[in-house]
Amino acid sequence: MKKDLICITCPLGCQLEVDYDKSKIIGVTGNTCPRGGAYAEKEIFHPERVVTTTVKISGADPSLLPVKTSGSVPKGLTSKIIEEAFKLEVKAPVRVGDVIIKNVLSTGVDLVATRNL
Amino acid sequence: MKPQFDVIIIGAGVTGAALARELSRYRLDVALLDKEADVSFGTSKANSGIIHAGFHSTPGTLKSRLEIAGNRMFNRLSEELEFPFERRGELMVAFTEEEMRILHSFFVQGCENNVPYMELLGRERTLEMEPHLNPDIMGSLHAPTAGIIGPYEYCFALVENAVLNGVQLMLSSKVLKISRRRDHLEVRTENGSALTGRFVINAAGVYSDDMAALLGLKDFRIIPRKGEEYLLDKRVGDLVKRVIFPVPTPISKGMLVIPTVDGPVMVGPTAADIDTKDDLSTTREGLRTVFSHAQKMVPDIRQSDIITSFAGIRPVAEGNDFIIGTTKVKGFINAAGIQSPGLTASPAIAEMICDILLREGLDLDVRPDFDPKRKAITRVRNFIEKRDFNKLDATIKADKEYSKLVCRCENVTEAEILASIKRGHTTLDAIKFETRAGSGRCQAGFCTSRILKIIERETGIPIEKISKKGPGSELFPYPSKKGKP
Amino acid sequence: MTRNVEALVIGAGPGGMEAALALKSSGIESILVIERENAPGGILMQCIHNGFGLHHFKEELTGPEYAERCLEAVKKTDIEVLVNTCALDIIDNGDTKKVIALSEENGMMDIEARVIILAMGCRERNRGNIAIPGSRPAGIMTAGLAQKMSNIYGYLPGKEIVILGSGDIGLIMARRLTWEGARVRAVIEAQPCPGGLNRNIVQCLNDFDIPLYLSHTITNIEGKNRIKKVYVSPIDAEFNPLAKGSFTLECDCLLLSIGLIPENELSLKAGIIMDPVTKGALVNADLMTSVNGVFACGNVLHVHDLVDYVSEESKYCGTRAAMYVKGELKKGREIPVKAGNMVRYLLPRKVRPGEQMLLSLRCIVPMVNASLVIKTDKDVIYTKKYRKIFPSEMQRLPVENIPGDAEYLEVFFDNKKPVAGV
Repeated sequence: MKKDLICITCPLGCQLEVDYDKSKIIGVTGNTCPRGGAYAEKEIFHPERVVTTTVKISGADPSLLPVKTSGSVPKGLTSKIIEEAFKLEVKAPVRVGDVIIKNVLSTGVDLVATRNL
Repeated sequence: MKPQFDVIIIGAGVTGAALARELSRYRLDVALLDKEADVSFGTSKANSGIIHAGFHSTPGTLKSRLEIAGNRMFNRLSEELEFPFERRGELMVAFTEEEMRILHSFFVQGCENNVPYMELLGRERTLEMEPHLNPDIMGSLHAPTAGIIGPYEYCFALVENAVLNGVQLMLSSKVLKISRRRDHLEVRTENGSALTGRFVINAAGVYSDDMAALLGLKDFRIIPRKGEEYLLDKRVGDLVKRVIFPVPTPISKGMLVIPTVDGPVMVGPTAADIDTKDDLSTTREGLRTVFSHAQKMVPDIRQSDIITSFAGIRPVAEGNDFIIGTTKVKGFINAAGIQSPGLTASPAIAEMICDILLREGLDLDVRPDFDPKRKAITRVRNFIEKRDFNKLDATIKADKEYSKLVCRCENVTEAEILASIKRGHTTLDAIKFETRAGSGRCQAGFCTSRILKIIERETGIPIEKISKKGPGSELFPYPSKKGKP
Repeated sequence: MTRNVEALVIGAGPGGMEAALALKSSGIESILVIERENAPGGILMQCIHNGFGLHHFKEELTGPEYAERCLEAVKKTDIEVLVNTCALDIIDNGDTKKVIALSEENGMMDIEARVIILAMGCRERNRGNIAIPGSRPAGIMTAGLAQKMSNIYGYLPGKEIVILGSGDIGLIMARRLTWEGARVRAVIEAQPCPGGLNRNIVQCLNDFDIPLYLSHTITNIEGKNRIKKVYVSPIDAEFNPLAKGSFTLECDCLLLSIGLIPENELSLKAGIIMDPVTKGALVNADLMTSVNGVFACGNVLHVHDLVDYVSEESKYCGTRAAMYVKGELKKGREIPVKAGNMVRYLLPRKVRPGEQMLLSLRCIVPMVNASLVIKTDKDVIYTKKYRKIFPSEMQRLPVENIPGDAEYLEVFFDNKKPVAGV
């Protein structure tokens, strides 16, 4: 099977042509770097995304702390991770990189703060 | 039973507001009602802001009589009420021999109307006065007594002074029913109030025929006539000093080039009769028409200079004159059909209605404690624009809220926003009208979040309830963090 | 309050902070950065998504993380950052400049400086600029305002959203608002190709099945108190709306992502000569404006797509501004740099022969197999080939060895014709 994909690993956004079958990638063309090949495999079989959102924070101004997942997570879990973030309220002070939720939804990836508040 | 109020005024546009202020001189109980969340939200916020000289109106009409009288009253009014007013003058310009003849007939009409100081000018003198006019112009009619004001600033000032002197202002009070009782009138409003008054003045603008119809009076009809206006960036604000008119058409004074008291030049309005009374949409054709007409008179006008646009609805009465007077229903007085020159005529309309009330038996006892003065909010934008930094510093030293800039484009500080909120304005539109915050070239992109926070802090109204112009127009109605969205 | 400093930087976003750091590492002692928001970081603080820093920090960061890195570096120095302080005016006194600022803490400030760096960033184009016909209800705003209110304060502008403009801000907000629980009904784009990065089309639109209508525009807005409907039409090659294929979209919010304009209120006040194409100041190779001792960098100079380039440009600017203070900037003949075939704009527009410059430019239309040429009145001095090049990607080229006898430079694309639909 063939599919056209746009690699989202970096802002270049290379247009990939992917040839694959039920269980493996047969070939990838159009990528400028090897990460494109790796992205194609992930995207076809188990797509992942980085989630960025905000979490309530008390004792700080503004009262929202921006957070991100420390790596990409299965695409299907992104809404659930956002929901988890909705439920939280953390307390200031928080530093960039502080873990807000460890191993969020058992993805092996943490939800971390991206701002000092 | 003595009615609650001597006079109930329906409509807080310039007509109702001018009347309220006039009546507040006397020992009377007056109520001023409006259906919107703030005053001046109808025709009075969406007009050209021109105080006409008076040569446009047909002699012998109420329009011409009240326009001439009203025009004269603006110096004193603007001093007492501290709203911006500038007697810039107006020019009606002509391109052809035929148009020059029409100018002459307006000159004659102006004389009949007692318009002072008019002159008929040739091409050279016209271009000397207004160098950006189309050099193909043949000549102009110059009327130096015309002026420009901020119409909603005027209306706000009138209402503030009226309220200071005892008038009761009731907003969000749309009138649903008016009934004639034995010796008074009863007015029922949407928010459940039932008011009784000896006299009810119908100053309801575009809806004045609907108000009259509540009492079964159907002798006039309001034709809503929409006008679109386009505001240009204030960096081209010096294109014209005076209000520039073309030779008019039967239905409108034409599309004008209008300097404004706050800086931007305005072009328009169009004139289109519309079906519904609340169609405030601007249109592609309107834009094209306005610009082609405006560019004919001032070729340097560009569409790329537009910063915003709006539309207003003229309440045109069939027969084209003001309808001011008593009706078959005792105590119910019309002040309807107040389209151009309504703004100019408004203070004279107020006096005329007082005369009518006097004739109808209302005692007008002057209040000894009437205070004609209304203090405007001190603005620093002029200091900043004119580089008068000593005055700026002095203002800040007197009130440190002036050191907090809220609107970058128009140089409006937190002190001015706070003053506006204290005066009862809690919608973004009203604060914009009062202070100009949000009306500049970025169109509130920068100041909106600041103003919302200030309103919330000062009034306790949560951000999700703060609106542009009343309920239903909230800017950010959904707080995303309070529970599941 | 009067202050006297060697260098004043206006704006503490990534541009201003980087410029200040460059001033410091070039040996300038007293540096003041003023910032009108209540915290430094600039627009990055509301850009909570990632995609920043791949060039500058060699890792992918979110906006706030990028800003915090700059801020951390600034905090390690004695550079003073004064927030809640807005510059109102610049007065040129020759050797020194005076900036009048409004400071919430200090009242009116008179700041005298030997050199000023403008780093005020940019603002968004709004409805008024494109005169969309229709009514004026609530619910219409720029994407950036919606971004600020949702990411900093936690308020959504609507539940059924239409976005006009497929630049990155619009695309990012499409995803953000969907994640926050709204439904984005469509993104409408006047051009035949999207304005933002391809990766954002995937992760902001395709991921959520949000339709993108290219070569379409909004021709009318309906709604009395709140917007309730937009009218969408396809447009022809001259951008005129066509009746055939028009449709309506019900919505309660319209976000406008229709372009950025450098924020130059202050520059206009100061009488700085502007470039009508970039809408930023006209600068020479030192990034100095027409007023001696006033420099500009970052989005206030020209709108960037990558903050990494803002940092690079601002660092360069700070270095040159420091040289100005120390009297090390060479004076001399300046020659014009002309924008030729297929170049939408370039800067700087002036350079001193014999020196080098960092050239920034954008092409007019997308092209394949394009060849960029820089030549003097005599010779070609630089060429570069591009397999693909887009107007939405600013090009940055170091150009060395500008001959000492050059009369002018011309920069152009040696292409026969553009290729549409790339």
